[in-house]
Amino acid sequence: MNFELTEERRMLQDTLRRYLRAEYSTERRNAILDSEAGYEPEIWRGLAELGVIGALFDEADGGFGGAGFDIAVVFEELGRAGVVEPLLDGALLAGRALAMAGRQDVVDALIGGEVQLAFAHYEPGGRYDLDFVRTAAVGGRLSGRKAVVMHAGAADHLVVSARDGDEIGLYLVAKDAAGLDIRDYPLLAGGRAGEVVLDGTPAEPLGLGYDALCGLIDLAVVAQCAEALGAMETAVALTQDYLMTRKQFGRPIGTFQALAHRMADLLIELEQARSAVINAAGMVGTDQQAATLAASKVLMGRVGQLVAEEAIQMHGGIAMTQEYELAHIAKRIVMADHRFGDADYHLERFIALSAA
Amino acid sequence: MDLSYSAEEDAFRADVRAFLEAELPTDLAEKVRLGRDLTKAEMEGWHATLNARGWLAPNWPKAFGGTEWNAVQRHIFDEEAAAAHAPRVVPFGLSMLGPVLQKFGNEAQQNHWLPRILDGTDWWCQGYSEPGAGSDLASLKTRAVRDGDHYVVNGQKTWTTLGQHANMIFCLVRTDADAKQQEGISFLLIDMDTPGVEVRPIILLDGSHEVNEVWFTDVRVPVENLVGEENKGWTYAKYLLTHERTGLGGVGFSQAGLEAVKRIARAETHNGKPLIENTHFAARIAHIEIELRAMATTNLRAISKAAAGEAPGLEASMLKVKGSVIRQEINDLARRAVGPYAMPFASEGVAGANDTVPDPHDAGPVAAQYFNNRKLSIFGGSNEIQRGIIAKVAMGGGR
Repeated sequence: MNFELTEERRMLQDTLRRYLRAEYSTERRNAILDSEAGYEPEIWRGLAELGVIGALFDEADGGFGGAGFDIAVVFEELGRAGVVEPLLDGALLAGRALAMAGRQDVVDALIGGEVQLAFAHYEPGGRYDLDFVRTAAVGGRLSGRKAVVMHAGAADHLVVSARDGDEIGLYLVAKDAAGLDIRDYPLLAGGRAGEVVLDGTPAEPLGLGYDALCGLIDLAVVAQCAEALGAMETAVALTQDYLMTRKQFGRPIGTFQALAHRMADLLIELEQARSAVINAAGMVGTDQQAATLAASKVLMGRVGQLVAEEAIQMHGGIAMTQEYELAHIAKRIVMADHRFGDADYHLERFIALSAA
Repeated sequence: MDLSYSAEEDAFRADVRAFLEAELPTDLAEKVRLGRDLTKAEMEGWHATLNARGWLAPNWPKAFGGTEWNAVQRHIFDEEAAAAHAPRVVPFGLSMLGPVLQKFGNEAQQNHWLPRILDGTDWWCQGYSEPGAGSDLASLKTRAVRDGDHYVVNGQKTWTTLGQHANMIFCLVRTDADAKQQEGISFLLIDMDTPGVEVRPIILLDGSHEVNEVWFTDVRVPVENLVGEENKGWTYAKYLLTHERTGLGGVGFSQAGLEAVKRIARAETHNGKPLIENTHFAARIAHIEIELRAMATTNLRAISKAAAGEAPGLEASMLKVKGSVIRQEINDLARRAVGPYAMPFASEGVAGANDTVPDPHDAGPVAAQYFNNRKLSIFGGSNEIQRGIIAKVAMGGGR
C-alpha cells in the first residue's frame, strides 16, 4: 500500500500549482469571467506548454500519462484555482475520443494547444441519462439537438453522439459544417456553453460506440470529482483563514465553539472527499470502476454542497460578493453536481450496481 | 384548538384575492415568478396601486394612514400576495422607519416624513451595517459630530439594500465615542443628495446589484433630522429590529417555491418518467413539504399570539432560522430539478442574455436564486446570532 504520488505526478502537481498561482489570480480570473470569449487563450496555451493537456493522454497517443491519477492530479489543481478553461470537455472528453478513434493529427494539435474541441452528448429532455440520444445519424449526416455543450461556440471541431438505427455512436463535426447552429451563452460558474442544433450536418463516424462513450464519461466523472475536490480545498482553506482573522464581539470568530465545531466537520468531510477521489482514480480500469465512480460522485455531491454552503455561511456577507474568491469557488463546487449525473442519479446507479 | 380561519378572515382573504386578480399586472407577476430584477418604476408602481387601495401600510395605525390590520390579516395578505407573485413591498420606509417615527419621532417629523413614505416621494434605505461590524451591529464606527445646527457625518455603511434607488437613508451613527458601545449611538435621517454622500454598488455572487456601500465624507445633516434623543439610537434600532417580525418564516414564499419545484419536476423526465415520480427526488420534496407544514402552524401560532396582544417570545428567532433554511432547501431542490439547465447564466447585467439563455422549464434563473438566497441565513441577524439569542434565553447565557 502506498498513497504517495509518483515523482512525475508530484512534479506535474507542483508545476501546475505554481503556474496557476502566478498566472490565475482572482482578479485575472474574474476578468476572464467577464470576457466575451469566457476563456483565455493565453492560459490555454500556457497549460499546453506545461504539458498539462499531454498528461491526460497515454504515451501511445502522444501524451505522457492518461491514467486515473494523472487525470485526478491535473483536475484537482485546476479546481483549486477555479480554472474555467474547459479542459474537461475540450481536452479530456473530446481528445480521448479522438485518440481512441486514431485521429492522431487532431490529438497532436490538441496537446500542442493549437485546437479547440467540444463534446456534445447530453440532449434537452434527457437530463443525465447516458443513453438518451435522439440525434439521428442517417447516411453520414446528423440531425438533432444537444444541450449545454461546454465551449461549443469556440470549438473548431465537435465530437457528437448520435443514433444510427439502434446503435449509439460518436461522430466528428467541423465548426463550419453545413446545418450546424450553435447559440452560446455564459455559465453561472464561468465559461460558456451552447445549445447545438444539427440539421443534416455532415459528420465523420469515429467508429466508437456506446461502450466507448460510457468509458469516456467515466473518465469525466474522475476529473469532475477531482476538480470539485480542489475547489473544496480552497473553500475550506479560505474559511479557516477567515475564522482565525475575522473578529466579532472582540475575538476571532473561530474561537466561538459553534463555528469551531463546524470547521472541524468540514475538515473531516474534506478527508472523506479526498479518499473518494483516490478511490475513483484508483479503480479506473478495474471491475470496481462503475460502482466506485458512482459512490464517489454521490459523496462529492453531498460534501460539496456542505462545504460550499458552510463556507459561505461561516464567512457571512463577504462571501456573497462576486469579487471575493470564495463566491466563484462555491459556484464551481455546486455546479459540479450538475455534470455527468448528480448525487441522486449516481445514488440510483450505485444501488443498482450493488444489487447486481 | 381550532385550526380553521373565521368567516371574517375567509371573507378578508377573498377580498385580497379579488384585489390581486384585478390589480396585479400579469407581466409584473411573471417577472416576480421568474425571479427577475424589477425596475425602480415597477416597484414604485406596485406601491402606488396598494396605496390607492389603502393597503400599503398594513402595520401602521389608521391615524397615520395605515390599515391597522391584525397579525392574522397581515399573514393572509402576505400569503395571497406570495401565491399571486406580487412584488414584495420595499420594507425600509414602510416596515422599518415608519414604526420608529411613529413611536419615537416628534410631531413635525411624523407630519413631514410619514405621508412621503406612503405617496412614494421618498425611497428610504437602511444605514446599519458597516464593514467589519456585521452581526455585531453595536461596534459601528460611523461618527456624527455636532457643529452648530448640524451633525457632520463621516464613515461607511455597507450591504445597503436598494440604496441605488434611495434618496433618503436612516442611519445609526456614533455621537459619543467615549460611552459604552451601545450607549453612544444616535438615529439620524440623511438626505442622500447632500454633498459627501457616495453610493458604490456591490455585485453579489449571482451577478445581481441589490446592495451597496454608502460612504459619508463631511456630510452635514440638520439637527432636526435626529430621531428621539441623542445617544439613544440603540433603543430605537432594537425596537425596529424586534418590531414587525411576523412573516419572518417566509411561509408564503416557501409555498410558492415548492409549487414551482413540483411543476418543474412534473415536466422534467428521468429514465422516461416524470422526475416527480422518481423515489429519490420525490422523497426530497416530501421531506421539505413535511417541514413546511409544521412550520406554517408554528408561524400561525406566533401570529395568533401577536394578534392577541401577547409579548413576542423567541418565535421570531426560531422562525427566522427554520424559515430561512426551508427556503434555501427549496431553492436547492429547484436547481436540482432542472438538471444540466441549472448551469446557464441569465444575467440581468448582460444585454439580451435572457433571450439566448435556454430555460426549457420556464423556471427562471433557479441556480442564481439558490446562491442569492444564501443571504437569508446571513442577513437580519445571522442564524448563528439567532441561535445565540435562543440559547441565551433558554439557559441564561450559561451564567
